[in-house]
Amino acid sequence: MFGKRVNVRVLKTNWKELNLLIVNSSWTLNLMKKSNSTKICLGIEATADDFGVGLLDFEGNVLANVNNAFIPETGGIHPREAARHHAKVAGRVITEAFQAAKIDPCDVTVIAFSQGPGLGPCLRTGATAARALASYLNVPLVGVNHCVAHIEIGKLATGVKDPVTLYVSGGNTIVSAFDAGRYRIFGETLDIAVGNCLDVFAREAGLRPRDGVPLGAAVENLATKGETFVHLPYSVKGMDLSFSGLLTAGVRLLKKGKYRLEDLCFSLQEVAFSMLTEVTERALAHTEKTELLLTGGVGANKRLQMMLKIIADEHDVSYCVVPKQYALDNGAMIAWTGILAHEHGTSIPIEKSFVRLKWRLEDVDAPWVKV
Amino acid sequence: MLIKRGAEASIFLEEWQGQKVIMKHRLPKKYRIRQIDQKIRSYRTLHESQLLHYAKEAGVSTPIIYMVDLADSNIIMEFIEGTQVKQILNDLSPEERQNLSEYIGELIGRLHIRNIIHGDLTTSNMVLNRNGNIIFVDFGLGEISVELELKGVDLHLMKRAFQSTHFCIAEECFKAVLCGYTEIVGQKMAKKVINKIREIEGRGRYISERKRSG
Repeated sequence: MFGKRVNVRVLKTNWKELNLLIVNSSWTLNLMKKSNSTKICLGIEATADDFGVGLLDFEGNVLANVNNAFIPETGGIHPREAARHHAKVAGRVITEAFQAAKIDPCDVTVIAFSQGPGLGPCLRTGATAARALASYLNVPLVGVNHCVAHIEIGKLATGVKDPVTLYVSGGNTIVSAFDAGRYRIFGETLDIAVGNCLDVFAREAGLRPRDGVPLGAAVENLATKGETFVHLPYSVKGMDLSFSGLLTAGVRLLKKGKYRLEDLCFSLQEVAFSMLTEVTERALAHTEKTELLLTGGVGANKRLQMMLKIIADEHDVSYCVVPKQYALDNGAMIAWTGILAHEHGTSIPIEKSFVRLKWRLEDVDAPWVKV
Repeated sequence: MLIKRGAEASIFLEEWQGQKVIMKHRLPKKYRIRQIDQKIRSYRTLHESQLLHYAKEAGVSTPIIYMVDLADSNIIMEFIEGTQVKQILNDLSPEERQNLSEYIGELIGRLHIRNIIHGDLTTSNMVLNRNGNIIFVDFGLGEISVELELKGVDLHLMKRAFQSTHFCIAEECFKAVLCGYTEIVGQKMAKKVINKIREIEGRGRYISERKRSG
């Protein structure tokens, strides 16, 4: 059923699962009838622990946004385990998305997938699913940069036009703004992401993620009960940030057992978020943009939101926090960015659709942005 | 009297013990808690004063420091009578400009050979006094580092400053700066730094330059 030009080696990873998906799903029966002329994009997000599928029409209406997260029993995200999880749930999540949107697969005009940056095995699993669908439905395939997608969906969800964006999650810490055709990075982490710093600290403290309460939120809850500030290393280097020293120092103090966990969580947050806010403020002053956008998983933290609110007010810029369902990794953002790219003539042949593990935000042309 | 308000600090022109002085005050930030704010401001105040001193040791004139007040994050220093290089560079004769640029290059070389990174090399941060000496001011973004990257960034910033405020003469000025720089640091190191500058320009962040030069 695949076209001749498909490189079978590329598709090898999860051939079995996808074969089952395509053969068994009830919707294969409906392939022949195109129901209407609305253009629809299906986006697949699989950079880390989330496998997400989004369906959007070209106007930007979200028809479906289904997500299934890999929750490890112990420790952090093991790339191989996460990829296995994605392969297992891929068919189900895609089917659920179509059911939620009440459309048929043959209504899809474009398939978009997260091409990078991210964990290799996870990216490859998502890409395999996307390639299979694109080939089977005979529609164009678009590779999307995960970081660009976060910014674009944030703009769509909040209505901002040309913001300075602070994107903070478990895998990324980036301050960026649009300039001369691309999203430029003004400051970023030199080592680990801020979310990673908070997560690892929480695990070292014996905290466990529970349903609906991620580790970051557990740290936040404890931090609100913190009273005494404990000094931890504050490391801003020019416009860039470093969190690994902060984590090491935090864990060392934790193991000493001399300090209350609440106080350490409080101090860790205060230092980490002050660093983020300082760099964001400088980017605002430097670019003279009039909007500030906060996105990513760590953006859900109330204390960080409050700090940014203060600098937004001081610089008299409007300030938006991306709603949680679009701030976390999701398929809708990939679909939306896929639409923008596709409308500007970007697509990628299947045999060239290799994943890009370290694809930088500033390496992506964004011809659709009009400032 | 407030004369400049930056993102991190304000500069005041004051009368102090009968003479004109500059007071640099680091502003408290409302978003961070008092303990962090206090520590960062006093650390950076101290660090800047130290750099001003190290620069003197390296043979680069900087304002004399009269007082460092860590509790309030103030540095009280000499007010330099003179003009910013920015204001005169465009009006000089080509020969004078060449000499001045080479002199600036030499001074940057002296800093770099001692691993002092200025961090904000622009023509407005260089003051020409009556004796014809250039005094470097504002080490607020400076640091001590052996990294080639930072030296490259430092000089690249200088180039960009020329391009933004002295567009027509930018190229000849920067060439002269590199010439003076090479004289101080030597061919070998200068070559490394110049290659680094080229590498920095080739990066995505400076795409407009790549287009211009290519």
